[in-house]
Amino acid sequence: MNVQTPANLSPKDYATDQEVRWCPGCGDYAILKAVQKAMADIGADPANTVFVSGIGCAARFPYYMETYGFHTIHGRAPSFATGIKLTNPDLDVWVVGGDGDGLSIGGNHTLHAIRRNVDISYLLFNNEIYGLTKGQYSPTSRLGTRSPSTPHGSIDSPVDALSFALGVNARFVARGIDRRQDHLPGLLARAHAHKGCSFVEIIQNCIVYNDGVFEHFTEKAVTADMQLEAEHGQPLIFGKNREKGLRLNRQTLELEVATLGEDGFSEDDVIVHDETNRTIGGALARMKPPDFPVAIGVLYCAPAEMSYERAVLAQNRAIADKAPAAGDMNTLLHRGSTWEVAA
Amino acid sequence: MDGGSAAPDESGNELESAVVRFAGDSGDGMQLTGTQFTQATAMARNDLATFPDFPAEIRAPAGTTFGVSAFQIHFGSRTIRTSGDAVDVLVAMNPAALKTNLDDLRKGGLIIVDTGSFSRRNLNKAGFEENPLEDGTLDGYRKLEVDMTRMTVEAVKPFGLGNKDAQRCKNMWALGLVDWLFGRDRTINEDWLKQKFARKPAIADANIAALNAGHAFGETADMAREFGSFVVPPADIQPGTYRALTGAEGVAMGLVAGARLAGLHLLFTGYPITPASALLHLLAPLKDYGVTTFQAEDEIAAVCAAIGGSYAGALGVTSSSGPGIALKTEAIGLAIATELPLVVVNSQRGGPSTGLPTKTEQSDLYQAIYGRNADSPLAVVACHSPGDAYFAAIEACRLAVKYMTPVMFLTDGYISNAAEPWLIPDFEDHEPFPVTFRTDPEGYQVYARDPETMARAWVKPGTPGLLHRIGGIEKHHLTGDISYDADNHQEMTDNRLNKILGIAKDIPAQAVDQGQAGGRVAVVGWGSTYGPISRAVSNKRAQGHDVSHIHIRHIRPMPPNLGDLLKSYDAVIVPEMNTGQLVTVLRAEYLVDAKPLNKVNGKPFRIVEIEDALKAWL
Repeated sequence: MNVQTPANLSPKDYATDQEVRWCPGCGDYAILKAVQKAMADIGADPANTVFVSGIGCAARFPYYMETYGFHTIHGRAPSFATGIKLTNPDLDVWVVGGDGDGLSIGGNHTLHAIRRNVDISYLLFNNEIYGLTKGQYSPTSRLGTRSPSTPHGSIDSPVDALSFALGVNARFVARGIDRRQDHLPGLLARAHAHKGCSFVEIIQNCIVYNDGVFEHFTEKAVTADMQLEAEHGQPLIFGKNREKGLRLNRQTLELEVATLGEDGFSEDDVIVHDETNRTIGGALARMKPPDFPVAIGVLYCAPAEMSYERAVLAQNRAIADKAPAAGDMNTLLHRGSTWEVAA
Repeated sequence: MDGGSAAPDESGNELESAVVRFAGDSGDGMQLTGTQFTQATAMARNDLATFPDFPAEIRAPAGTTFGVSAFQIHFGSRTIRTSGDAVDVLVAMNPAALKTNLDDLRKGGLIIVDTGSFSRRNLNKAGFEENPLEDGTLDGYRKLEVDMTRMTVEAVKPFGLGNKDAQRCKNMWALGLVDWLFGRDRTINEDWLKQKFARKPAIADANIAALNAGHAFGETADMAREFGSFVVPPADIQPGTYRALTGAEGVAMGLVAGARLAGLHLLFTGYPITPASALLHLLAPLKDYGVTTFQAEDEIAAVCAAIGGSYAGALGVTSSSGPGIALKTEAIGLAIATELPLVVVNSQRGGPSTGLPTKTEQSDLYQAIYGRNADSPLAVVACHSPGDAYFAAIEACRLAVKYMTPVMFLTDGYISNAAEPWLIPDFEDHEPFPVTFRTDPEGYQVYARDPETMARAWVKPGTPGLLHRIGGIEKHHLTGDISYDADNHQEMTDNRLNKILGIAKDIPAQAVDQGQAGGRVAVVGWGSTYGPISRAVSNKRAQGHDVSHIHIRHIRPMPPNLGDLLKSYDAVIVPEMNTGQLVTVLRAEYLVDAKPLNKVNGKPFRIVEIEDALKAWL
């Protein structure tokens, strides 16, 4: 087993010499910066780290990371990552993809990597649009999105990435925002530390085809009121003056926002975030403006005893240890009924 | 002529070879019956070949013609190359089995029917208006009518089974009778029953009682006088240790052996599909052989995981049939572009689309050679029999790791399911081809090539000092950095092609299987047509005709001498179970006037079909 030693590297040590080819102002730059910072904070060993991606703007990511990298085909990155982990579970494997890559063409593989609980960190850059193919609406685009392929507005409902992940039994679900450099690197370090599939949705602005679509909760002026930083063990409070909190409506079994000090609502009534609680995680994931802030942070984290590839290899070892032939090839060739033909 | 001649003659009924087919409802256990008769026949030292023929539906409605399942065995005292043209003994467990199999019975052949199943209802389901046992349909055949159902129920009465369970023993009754007919020792069948039903001794005992009852029925004086029994003497077989081997088993063990010879862990990935699933089932238990199997969520995930495995330093192998291979195509292109080893096993079946999942065909040759977007060359290897599948699979692994390339390995439903006795090789005799992973950072360039093989170095992630990125985008011919440069793309395209073509230097020259270089006619085949071509050619040669047999294993690239070899004959005939694919390739490649001989009815060629076609040329 490779022992991971803190490499004592700085964020720029994780950058390659390749020219970054995203549009100027793209949110991907900020995410790249946050990932490189997280790598340095973690002390990740570049030689033991693999970035795997599919196709799309986000999928160019591995070329810019001074680690091992595999830029694969559209939507299939989780499947490559699964094969890599089954072969060498000691590698740190990160999967990077966009909303089209991970939830449309590759939705099936995202589903199965999550429910199998392969030990990968899956970063889904959600910009609610197809960028590299010039701006078609995506599976996360809001109803009515006008795009070259939906000139009169899209008419199919979007998928919510984190609800989808929780629906297929994700054991680590988190949300971050490209503009939140103060928050994102720590979140990525948490994802990395999780043993099993950690699924992180990163809200990312596409400056060319979908600019400003997240403004209503990412603009500096509204951040405090429209973002809720969920932190394990802390009450779910937000607002410029930390004056708003979440409580449960016992009639609808839904969350609602209430103002502290109004109608007898006190801090004691605010729900305390428990990241091991799937119900709370699911409710936070679903919150949408304008009635709710957008929840960011680790919304749900409940590691399994063993990740998929570890369980596979443990089973392989257990069977192999019990096998009398110890892998002898001639024993295999002679299995079953044999008979001698004398000279 | 192949295909037996099992008419009992007066001199003790000694036969050179015979063909027996067990046919019944898919719930009647015909595959087990056939396999057990095969075991007893192998023990009697006959050479043999078998072929199961089962319906696509798992539990088709009982008694219907589309629910008929059959198992054919051809055995003899001489070398057996096919499962037989014409059936000598047909065991028909119900009217539907009789209806669907009668046409394959030789005139004068023996039909054994279970009259207990010839109810009006079953006759109707099979589409008989009159009872064929009574209306002259079977004139010209010999028929043995036995109420197997009743006799089985009586035989198993002491074991207290319900009527349904009791009737399920009737396949063993039939086996006992056929064991007797050919003088087989049924001890091996008994042993198998005891093992299979170790936890249900009553069921084991009942089946053994049925087996013995069928045998005893044969022994009665009347039976012997009227129908005789047959003697098929032992074949002249090379001494050594043998086992029965199906093509799926041959491929599975060949892949394990190939990975072992390369010094690699095997990551085998698949998605359930007929008839390829057998490989996944055979490899999944072999965890003690350095095998990890992965049943993926779909065909695409399976190939991608295999490529991921190769990227990380295992031998990635994925397996499917034509429709599944089609789904894997884009990823195979990535393995070509990133120059990673990969073996793709295609167990071909009838198509297009879902086609005939349980029937055989060899119509994916174009798909294997050409079936990808862009100029995307890879190596193609085809096996021609169950035993050959083992060695051909090792060869596929060797080429994949030595040349850092995907290799398409072609087998088919016939080879996968057919069984033959196999002289077990000694693994120590195989030449190892150990992989060396690059670990030296000095002067490393991602796409720098070995001067001899043109393969790039294989570097496992986790190796210090060799960090790099690869992907599907065109890359610089040395550094591997993204490059859209026009000349570079030309060079990389040439490199990818020349690397594959260069494999020709590293494969055996094309041999002539029977006959000699030059002459009147060459019959050229690939894959599972080996048996019928081989027998047809040997029959024609025995009649004094100048005809040779060439069978091609390396489909891409082909052996360098093949073109000259083909041009040394007056005529080249290419029998294929497709509408003419290899023949087109040979014509395109070598400008030879090769002629097609095609068959696509879901069944292997009969020897006589090839012999008849050859008449025009000899």
